[in-house]
Amino acid sequence: MARDTEVLVLGGGSTGCGIARDLAMRGLEVTLVERGNLTEGTTGRMHGLLHSGGRYAVSDRASARECIEENRVLREIAGHCVEETGGLFVKRPEDSDDYFRKKLEGCRDCDIPARVLSGREAREVEPYLAKDVERAIEVPDGAVDPFRLCVANAVDAERHGARIETHAEVIDLLREGDDVYGVEVRHDSGPGKRTHRAPGTTEEITADYVVNATGAWAGQIGAMADLEIEVRPSKGVMTIMNVRQVDTVVNRCRPKGDADIVVPHETTAILGTTDEEVEDPDDYPEEQWEVDQMIDTLAELVPILEEARTIRSFWGVRPLYEPPGTGTQDPTDITRDFFLLDHDERDGVAGIASIVGGKFTTYRAMAEEIADHVCAELGVDARCRTADEALPGSENLADLENAMDDFGLRSPIARRSKQRLGSRSREVLETDEPNPVICACEGVTRAEMQDAIEQSGSDLNAVRIRTRASMGNCQGGFCTQEMAHELHPEYDEPTVRDALDELYQERWKGQRHALWGEQLSQAMLSYALHATTLNRDSDPAGRDGDLEYGAFDAGPDAGPDADADATDRTPLDRRADGGEDR
Amino acid sequence: MAIEDDVLVIGGGIAGATAALSAADEGADVRLVTHKESTLRNASGLIDVLGYLPSDDADGASEGPLVDPFAAIPDLPETHPYRTVGVEAVREALAFFDGIVGDAYLGAHTDDNALVPTHGGSIKPTARYPRSSAAGLASDRRDALLVGFETLPTFEGPLAAAHLEAAGVPFQARGVTLSFPGIVRDDAKVTRYAHLLDRDETVSTATGAETGAREALAAAVEAHLEGEKRVGFPAVLGDEGPDEVRAALEAHLGVDVFEVPMGPPSLPGLRLEDRLYAALETAGVEVRSGVPVVDYERDDGRIDRVVVDRNGAEIPHRADQYVLATGGLVGKGVESNRERVIEPIFDCHVPHATDRYDWFSEDAFGEHPFARFGVVPDGELRPRDGSGNAEFQNLRAAGAVLGGYDYAAEKSGAGVSIATGYVAGRHAAARATDARLATNDEVTPQ
Ligand SMILES: Cc1cc2nc3c(=O)[nH]c(=O)nc-3n(C[C@H](O)[C@H](O)[C@H](O)COP(=O)(O)OP(=O)(O)OC[C@H]3O[C@@H](n4cnc5c(N)ncnc54)[C@H](O)[C@@H]3O)c2cc1C
Ligand SMILES: Cc1cc2nc3c(=O)[nH]c(=O)nc-3n(C[C@H](O)[C@H](O)[C@H](O)COP(=O)(O)OP(=O)(O)OC[C@H]3O[C@@H](n4cnc5c(N)ncnc54)[C@H](O)[C@@H]3O)c2cc1C
Repeated sequence: MARDTEVLVLGGGSTGCGIARDLAMRGLEVTLVERGNLTEGTTGRMHGLLHSGGRYAVSDRASARECIEENRVLREIAGHCVEETGGLFVKRPEDSDDYFRKKLEGCRDCDIPARVLSGREAREVEPYLAKDVERAIEVPDGAVDPFRLCVANAVDAERHGARIETHAEVIDLLREGDDVYGVEVRHDSGPGKRTHRAPGTTEEITADYVVNATGAWAGQIGAMADLEIEVRPSKGVMTIMNVRQVDTVVNRCRPKGDADIVVPHETTAILGTTDEEVEDPDDYPEEQWEVDQMIDTLAELVPILEEARTIRSFWGVRPLYEPPGTGTQDPTDITRDFFLLDHDERDGVAGIASIVGGKFTTYRAMAEEIADHVCAELGVDARCRTADEALPGSENLADLENAMDDFGLRSPIARRSKQRLGSRSREVLETDEPNPVICACEGVTRAEMQDAIEQSGSDLNAVRIRTRASMGNCQGGFCTQEMAHELHPEYDEPTVRDALDELYQERWKGQRHALWGEQLSQAMLSYALHATTLNRDSDPAGRDGDLEYGAFDAGPDAGPDADADATDRTPLDRRADGGEDR
Repeated sequence: MAIEDDVLVIGGGIAGATAALSAADEGADVRLVTHKESTLRNASGLIDVLGYLPSDDADGASEGPLVDPFAAIPDLPETHPYRTVGVEAVREALAFFDGIVGDAYLGAHTDDNALVPTHGGSIKPTARYPRSSAAGLASDRRDALLVGFETLPTFEGPLAAAHLEAAGVPFQARGVTLSFPGIVRDDAKVTRYAHLLDRDETVSTATGAETGAREALAAAVEAHLEGEKRVGFPAVLGDEGPDEVRAALEAHLGVDVFEVPMGPPSLPGLRLEDRLYAALETAGVEVRSGVPVVDYERDDGRIDRVVVDRNGAEIPHRADQYVLATGGLVGKGVESNRERVIEPIFDCHVPHATDRYDWFSEDAFGEHPFARFGVVPDGELRPRDGSGNAEFQNLRAAGAVLGGYDYAAEKSGAGVSIATGYVAGRHAAARATDARLATNDEVTPQ
């Protein structure tokens, strides 16, 4: 029987998008389905650390080696998504000397370039480090933008013929006997590209092979075909500061622990994290103590954090996996390695494999392994090329550098968008039309917005992850309205209104863990702007019932109106009516 | 020797300015010190009195828009500042405001609210509006053309027009987007637009001809008029001479011209601030800005003096009576940290939940406790301490530093500031005069 597609990938995180790109580049016909936007799961809620492997150099050397290899690959193929910040493992007086030594040895054993700095040298690199920091190990950690990288994978997969279907939730696995042959998805209604399928309709998509790359949700998908997958979702908090207190990744050099890393990211610094097992990856408590702990504990490394302003906090769930029977108690002890579960071999159910565990940094290697497996299953002989071919935006970094000069990029705004767009800058930014800034905090211009809208339709959250618009200090207070304006006239007024509401509510939700001090004042300002100046909270356009305009003041010069239909109104109405023919 | 006055007003927003003018109007010697920009820079310049009543319905939807704000005041909760001063004082205060701004504001001819178009294309109820917005009222049935500019992303004319129609306005609205003659930078500030028109700078038009900015703008718009009797623009029509700019455009186009109020930086808000400061000067109020009050000294149950920071020098200021008008969370008269919410100068009591996660609602437009943060006044607007007594005998509070109301949901911001500023100023002046008479008595006993 002819199937709709050769390979069906479930999940639009880094793993799923990486697999889709890999297989599409090998010439296979690929469809990817994702229940929300790309990066909606853990990928959009991670710390942004491009691991050097240093963090695993003592506890898990296999992971450490894989990290440094992939770290090098990503700098090559995704240069526009990576900032080579470097990283420090910092030792305080109370931290163990023995562990410091083991960390250094571990790095050297795993080929991770590592250099010891004195406390003074470390403070020369990062002036805000605490005065009593004794020593540090310098490693090639970096910062990575998961949104851009994941989207670039999806875009490249599409270029190679893949179908990427977002807002399509898998609601069932199609299984006949011991064979899985596809899925049933439900298409979501709402603004955006998602309107290309009728709202709320379901669709069966059949495939020769199904890859379950739904991360922390893999167990839920497996259960649809009675497959047991022991994912152990574990949550972690990240707290975003309003400025970049450090330019280098700062790690605490001690065995394991919460609140031990600060990653600089664009204009911000992100503090992290915790590690706590949760039952349901869609519903877990986001707790105040976690945020307080980030600030209080990390202030031991960087004291100014205590007084600094945070703009929001967010949580993600790690898709940790444990082979059956391991029974580890503490989630921090669960391996960070990834596992390819061939359900044929494991459960006697053919046509499907799951990929679980792992890290963002190693997504490409994970994708390569599973793509090899799929090719073997389908009898296809094709080589992986994802490590050699740059992602869209990074094809030619030298070009990018030249382009920066060409465009006379003195303005920080243009430079920022260049960095985001990489080698696509010219194509996107060269415009004869006026190109004003739409989001001032992140320096996003109209041309960049329009490019993102072309990719994502009227879904402003999808536009946001592509451009970073509304992700800066004001958290959308000053720019969500402007972003929505950019949708018009391509999208009609009700769609624009819905899209704005959706984005605004999303931005609000994320701030709730940062609502004190400056950020609370900012929140009041945004609330006043949107409720008082714009009256969005009581907009008659969103409400039932007609508003009786005639009852209100129409101006001092609005004399009694001789209009025929005024007779059945109260005298007050008549007084207030405007005249059409003045 | 400290500087001495009858009344010292701390904070120069609309509440502080009104308090100072009201006290000076009663004959008191008044000084006003203020730190940074007031909230008027952010506000639309409209004077809202009351547009919506908080409802007790389970669905939380507020009641409104209200036609008559004054009639609804008695329905507000007792703790609301309007209830503290009473509806008659609100009326008097507005009349006082009308006297200050003269013909720059309209709306005094009726008790009814007006519905003014917003820059997002909705409408909102307000009690007084700048003359420049008068022709835009939504109850006026004349069709309207809304003009936006390519380089001003905050106002999208065609979208605002469509939105107004979705809101059910009784006229037809149409929008166009034009390029603004004379604007060469994509990110020009709103004041640049205003100054082009104020000074009627020479600009070159699409055809290459040179002409005045007003003429060029009117000509660009004229081509798009299809019989509409009024044309709306984003609020950039002049900073110093808005009336002249509007008159010139109206003369050319032969139709009424109005401004749609905008977000920060808001020219109508800044124009109002200019008027208030001009009035303060006329009334002889000593004004100094850029100087925060950083500390105070207590004498029994009274404030003896406050300390003003002038570029690092700490200067004591003494007065018989003090008015706290330092604004809310936006003006920084109310601040917070992870543990608590404070009034930073005198540490007046500000009620709040101990858990900071109870300070807000999950819904962006839900009932936010933070919007009601502020000091709790007694009947004379003196902030009360935790047990309900006046914190100081001679301190009154006015404006957004007061708690117990959510001006954003109610649309009551400027109205509460004017009403409480007016009343605080009257009380302060009366007490100061009493004190002066008392000391005079001591000097010349009769
Ligand atoms: C707090 C935290 C910090 C981290 N920091 C780092 C770091 O700094 N560096 C690093 O390398 N790694 C980091 N990680 C790990 C990394 O983020 C993850 O390993 C990686 O993003 C997982 O990607 P994924 O594609 O496997 O899963 P996901 O990104 O979760 O993708 C799975 C997708 O499946 C979708 N899905 C679920 N159910 C359905 C359904 N029924 N139908 C359709 N789609 C569905 C989800 O919406 C989701 O988008 C961190 C993880 C956490 C939790
Ligand atoms: C975006 C926005 C839009 C709005 N739109 C409207 C509207 O359309 N209509 C309406 O009626 N209302 C509106 N409001 C509400 C209204 O503007 C405010 O309620 C009102 O301006 C508050 O005035 P205020 O004088 O109490 O405080 P503020 O204007 O905040 O003034 C307080 C002043 O005190 C100063 N200060 C603070 N601390 C000290 C110190 N220690 N020493 C000396 N000075 C100090 C501050 O620097 C500031 O200048 C809006 C508000 C916002 C934020």
